[in-house]
Amino acid sequence: MNTLTIPLIGGLLIGFSVVLAYAVFGKIAGISGITWQATVQLRRFRLSSTWPWLFLIGLPLGGLLSHTFFDLPNPSQPSTSLWLIIVSGFLVGFGSKLGNGCTSGHGICGVSRFSRRSFVATIIFILTGMITTETMQYVGTL
Amino acid sequence: MIAAFQLLIGILFGAGLTLSGMTDTENIRGFLAPLSGWNPQLLVVMASALTVAIPGFLITQRRQCPLLDGQFPSNTAPVINKQLIVGATLFGLGWGLYGLCPGPAITSIIYGSSDTIIFILAMVFGMFVSVQTIIKTS
Repeated sequence: MNTLTIPLIGGLLIGFSVVLAYAVFGKIAGISGITWQATVQLRRFRLSSTWPWLFLIGLPLGGLLSHTFFDLPNPSQPSTSLWLIIVSGFLVGFGSKLGNGCTSGHGICGVSRFSRRSFVATIIFILTGMITTETMQYVGTL
Repeated sequence: MIAAFQLLIGILFGAGLTLSGMTDTENIRGFLAPLSGWNPQLLVVMASALTVAIPGFLITQRRQCPLLDGQFPSNTAPVINKQLIVGATLFGLGWGLYGLCPGPAITSIIYGSSDTIIFILAMVFGMFVSVQTIIKTS
C-alpha cells in the first residue's frame, strides 16, 4: 500500500466527521472550542449538553480503534524539556481562545465554509508555526 | 441516539487524526519545516479532508435545521480583527514549538505519555488566562 493511502483515508474521515457534526447537530467541530466548553461545564458542575464530553471521549477511542484495526505502530514521543511543553501548551490554548479557533476549527471547518477569517487565521498560524519550527532547528532545542 | 451520534463523531475524528499521522509530532514538525526536509503529509491530509468537507457543508447549508438536534449557528460578520491575528500568531508559535494542537493532543492520551497530559493542562490554563485577561475585559 502506498505510504499516503492511510493518511488519505484519515483525511477523508476528518472531513466526514466535521460534516456530520454540522449536519446532525449544527456544531462546528473545532477542538479548542469544544475543549473550552467541556472545561466550563466542569467548572460549573453542570452537564448542560453531552456533546463536548462525548465528542472529546470519542477522540482517543477513535485513536485506539485505528491503531488496532490498521496495526499502526505508536509514534515515538519526543524527549523535550518540561518548560517547552508547558509554554507550547499555554500558547496553543491562549492563542486558540483569543483567535477563536485552531487547526480543526479554522483550518478544516472554516476554510471549507469559505470563511475569510479562517483563511487568514490558517495562513497566519501555518506561517508562524513554520518560523518557530525552523528557528528551533537552528537553535537546536529539540 | 443523540449521545451515540455525539460519541461516534468524536471517534471518527480521532480515527481520522490517528490514521492521517497527525498524532505523530514528528509529522507536524516536518510539515512546519519547509527548509529542512519538508514533509507535506499534513497538506495532503488537509486537502483530502477538504474534498469531503467543502461539498458536505455546501449540501448541508441548504437545510433549515440540523438532522437530529440543535440549530445551525447564525452567520456572524466576518471581521478580521486584532484578536484573530494575535491569537493565530500565538497559536502558531505554540504549535511550532512542540508539534501538537488541541485535537491530536487529546487523541494522543492513548500513548500514555505524561508530557501529553501536561500539554493539555497547560493548554486549558492558557484558554482560561485568555478569557480572564483579554476576552472578558475587551
